[in-house]
Amino acid sequence: MSEPISRRDFMKASVYFVGGIVGAAVGIPAVGYLIEPALGGGGKEAWIPIGKMEDMPEIGKPYPFSFTRVQVNGWERTATSKGGFVIRKSENPEDILILDSRCTHLGCTVNWKEDERVFLCPCHDASFDAEGAVIDGPPPRPLDRHAEFRVTEDGILEIFYSEA
Amino acid sequence: MWKKIFAWLDERLGLNDLQKNLLERPEPKGNWWNTLGSASLFLFILQGATGIFLTVYYTPSPDHAYDSITYIMNDVAFGWLIRGIHHWGATLMVLVVFIHMLRVFVTASYKYPRELTWIIGIGLLIATLGMGFTGYLLPWNQRAFWATTVGTEIAGAVPFIGEFILKALRGGTDLSALTLQRFFSGHIWMLPLVLAGLIGAHLYLIIRHGESHWPTKED
Ligand code: HEM
Ligand code: FES
Repeated sequence: MSEPISRRDFMKASVYFVGGIVGAAVGIPAVGYLIEPALGGGGKEAWIPIGKMEDMPEIGKPYPFSFTRVQVNGWERTATSKGGFVIRKSENPEDILILDSRCTHLGCTVNWKEDERVFLCPCHDASFDAEGAVIDGPPPRPLDRHAEFRVTEDGILEIFYSEA
Repeated sequence: MWKKIFAWLDERLGLNDLQKNLLERPEPKGNWWNTLGSASLFLFILQGATGIFLTVYYTPSPDHAYDSITYIMNDVAFGWLIRGIHHWGATLMVLVVFIHMLRVFVTASYKYPRELTWIIGIGLLIATLGMGFTGYLLPWNQRAFWATTVGTEIAGAVPFIGEFILKALRGGTDLSALTLQRFFSGHIWMLPLVLAGLIGAHLYLIIRHGESHWPTKED
């Protein structure tokens, strides 16, 4: 027999072992309980109508649109409103730019300022040009674009929306 | 290095003295009935821990209380476990505290010099019952609603000031959002603080007086 395990070491090992099991039995439910709402959710996708093409005739003019998404959070339904701007670049109805109005800095909603032809963010004074590129301020990237869109037979513009 | 850290802490906190006074007290003579006080303390801590977790989702408003508990039970991971422990722990705690008191009575341990320990114990029992009473309303279901209606009505039967007590408990003449909110406040802040304070005094006295003798045939 090489090095028989001493009584003391056996006790120590047992204490660690049992302690580990008890720790896991308490810790796993505790953490799972707390993080549950952070798991799953999202991933919902839909085609969302945002306006009629005939209502947005002018080229180069940002037409605002908005829509609401209803989410079930816990035992409650919460409606969040989202929105953006449609800008026609030519007569071709497929030749449009759809910008999201959510500021890429910290998420405030930007507004179009016609006289300066910029999008202004009220939170930290960022400005973006009509294409969504950053002119000034802290945002790290241009305004997000809704690249996936379609025009239905009755002339309704729809964007493809998927939750993060 | 650990020795150094410990020595540094000990010099300032008096850890060794604490150890001497708290853990190296004369060993109790071992009787299972004498563990019920510690069991009560454990249950109090367990109720505190699970209760704090319940408040992560539970919402004390007539519109949300019931739905938030349904959510805890059906949708939150281990929610059934945490609420279950809190729910059954509440009943068990009342039971254990009560049997603890019976033991102290039967062994006549409430006599000099332990009268104060006993009196504080009565406060502990009342506060524990108060926890059960206030907690019972929180799910805001039919059973809770009518139990509280009846409970506060009983308090209202006190001569002269009964009407006032009833209104003070309900926060008005009828059960309402005010009742739920004040029961919640009592349940998670006031009564637990009272309990913690009383427990502290109770334990201090127990350490001070040591364990009473188990009665012998002569007694
Ligand atoms: C010390 C901290 C405590 C906190 C923060 C706390 C918190 C809560 C919360 C948020 C609820 C609502 C959820 C539910 O109804 O299941 C609740 C319910 C309840 N609590 Fe506590 N609690 C504490 C201690 C206690 C103690 C010591 C007792 C017991 C004697 C107790 C007895 C109850 C009862 C009977 C319910 C109703 C259970 C039910 O019907 O579901 N609580 N508690
Ligand atoms: S959120 Fe828009 S500039 Fe900060």
